[in-house]
Amino acid sequence: MEFVTPTINILIVLPVLLVAGGGALLMLLELFMAEERVKQWAPTLAIIVLALAFLQTIGLWGQTHTTFTPEGSSPMVILDNFATFLNVIFLLTGFFTVLISVNYLPRVGLNRSEYYMLMLFSLSGMMLMGMANDLILVFLALEVLSIPLYILAGLSRPRPESEESAMKYFFLGAFSSAIFVFGIALTYGATGSTALPAVLAGVSNGGALALAGVAMMLVGFGFKVAAAPFHMWTPDVYEGAPTVVTAFMSVGAKVGGFAAMLRVFVSAFGSLGQTWVPAVAVIAAITLIIGNVVAIVQPNIKRMLAYSSIAHAGYILMAVAASVNSPDGVSAALFYMFAYLFTNLGAFAIAIAAERKLGEGVMLDDYKGLAKRSPLLALAMAYFMLSLTGIPPTGGFSGKFFVFRATLEAGLVWLAVVGVITSVVSGYYYLRVVYLMYMYDGEGELHTKPALLTAVALTVLATLVLGLLPGAWYEITKQAALQGLQVLAGG
Amino acid sequence: MTVPVEWYVALSAILFSIGALGVLLRRNAIIIFMSVELMLNAANLLFVAFSRYLGDLDGQVLVFFVITVAAAEVAVGLALIVVIFRTKQSINIDEINLMKG
Amino acid sequence: MDQILLDYLPIAVLIGIGIFFAVLLPSLSVSLGPKPPKDRNLAPYESGMVAIGEAQRRLPVKFYRIAVLFILFDVDIILLVPWAVAFRKLGVYGLVAMLIFMVMFILGDAWVWKKGVLEWE
Repeated sequence: MEFVTPTINILIVLPVLLVAGGGALLMLLELFMAEERVKQWAPTLAIIVLALAFLQTIGLWGQTHTTFTPEGSSPMVILDNFATFLNVIFLLTGFFTVLISVNYLPRVGLNRSEYYMLMLFSLSGMMLMGMANDLILVFLALEVLSIPLYILAGLSRPRPESEESAMKYFFLGAFSSAIFVFGIALTYGATGSTALPAVLAGVSNGGALALAGVAMMLVGFGFKVAAAPFHMWTPDVYEGAPTVVTAFMSVGAKVGGFAAMLRVFVSAFGSLGQTWVPAVAVIAAITLIIGNVVAIVQPNIKRMLAYSSIAHAGYILMAVAASVNSPDGVSAALFYMFAYLFTNLGAFAIAIAAERKLGEGVMLDDYKGLAKRSPLLALAMAYFMLSLTGIPPTGGFSGKFFVFRATLEAGLVWLAVVGVITSVVSGYYYLRVVYLMYMYDGEGELHTKPALLTAVALTVLATLVLGLLPGAWYEITKQAALQGLQVLAGG
Repeated sequence: MTVPVEWYVALSAILFSIGALGVLLRRNAIIIFMSVELMLNAANLLFVAFSRYLGDLDGQVLVFFVITVAAAEVAVGLALIVVIFRTKQSINIDEINLMKG
Repeated sequence: MDQILLDYLPIAVLIGIGIFFAVLLPSLSVSLGPKPPKDRNLAPYESGMVAIGEAQRRLPVKFYRIAVLFILFDVDIILLVPWAVAFRKLGVYGLVAMLIFMVMFILGDAWVWKKGVLEWE
């Protein structure tokens, strides 16, 4: 058998290489420089790397490329507008995470040199999630995304909560990966390939084997995006991990999971839609109910945001369920994730400003009287809470509007009703934060530094823009969604 | 004549179930960890069996990736277990419950 | 059906040999080896300490660290062997791909070294 070199176009994967290379560069620097100096320069270097990757990503918008194509087979990596759009989300997540980490980490005594390199490695995995055109690359990207996060969750060791958080995240993550890879094995047996176009071609004749594979991959993704009933780990992990890590994974890991889920389920398993759409719809409904109802009784802001992130996974799952029967499903999911990125990271930025010491100042009671001490930040927090609830004019409202519309288009009326009712319920716990901030007196200082304020200002601005001009941005997500699906269908 | 592929599917399904039950029922972190490895290896067995059955080498290549990833997980997992043992003097996951979920 | 069993005969033989030796060697060493008088040997000698604890005690954590690194090298070999077998066919492409992998791997090792994981006190 003759070996033919696969066609490779480095420019396509350059953003991923830059991000992963940035992490490797930090490791390299630490070999030759004093650790203190590396720590000093790490955030700047991370921002530079992210900016370069961002420029390259923006430059690739509107183009479709495939690369790493073995002879006589489908490409491993695909870069279309869908992947480009998701890469923008991931790079922005990284950017905001660096901004909120710069001052927080030294302040709480967590300035470990691993932080930025692990974050960059994890980001490179997330970016590959959206670009994978082969199940095995999905699996590898999932692990590159997850393994650094396990370590990051335990960053504030020897604090027992953080270690416990890392441990729980690790065990459930490894468990879900094992289920996921077994699902890939079954799908491989049923379709004879792991390349998504070949899976698409073979899956409808795959019989029970293919169905079992799809089910197990659904469970695997369910764990990753924290959908009920696979959400048990989320609150503990979010509470125990350092808050910046919680912020990073609440957006990055979730969007990463959905990136691959949309590509795999909507495109490759699209022909089995009649089978998995009801399952996803039921999971979405359970997720919405559990996330929104349990969030009400949480006294800790990180736990509340954890349940809130479960609830938001439910809204995105609604869009996933709608994607097969509605042309707006995928674009609604993309828009929702885009809005969720800004709103959630903004809310976490303020939670970080309010955190006095590691694990202190994270109770809802600590937000009492915030409006008097820092009117602008309290206003921003109130705005984020409105956006998370879905009250106009916010990005959160626009996102929910598009998701509900797509769900109705897809004929899942009952699911849309569940979504609306749980949104109303969610108002209770989000608006309670606003109530506490404005109606009480309290004390406790806020740690506001320029970098964090920049992050808050930018996220408020972005949420506002998405709330006021949703149409223009929705067109962009629409392009991303359409192109993403067409390319795969064409093989 | 060789062993039909169904037998391999059945065997790996059994191994996978043993692993999954181990994760859900056992309380010792190391044993949970071994159960996860058993699940991954059940998938590996399936990959190899299907690869042989389909006459397609891809499945065997996938096993290498899964083994590599499993090794990375082992490295991180063992480190976490060591770290948590130092703090808690125990790796019984029932005793690791500071936060109530 | 018979053919299936025949195909697996070598494996059965191997398992048999394995069990045979696993039983044989320990039992030989028990039956043939010298048997020192147990109680008197374990008893403290004159002013010696009374024996405490089990022979199987916990190992220091540094062994764990080395074990973890060993696993990584182990898996590194798994990827190197197929590459070495197909080295001529893969040509420059294979060489470059493996070089990139090894550079990353060595970078990780160097980092581990720099962090002092390999220090044995």
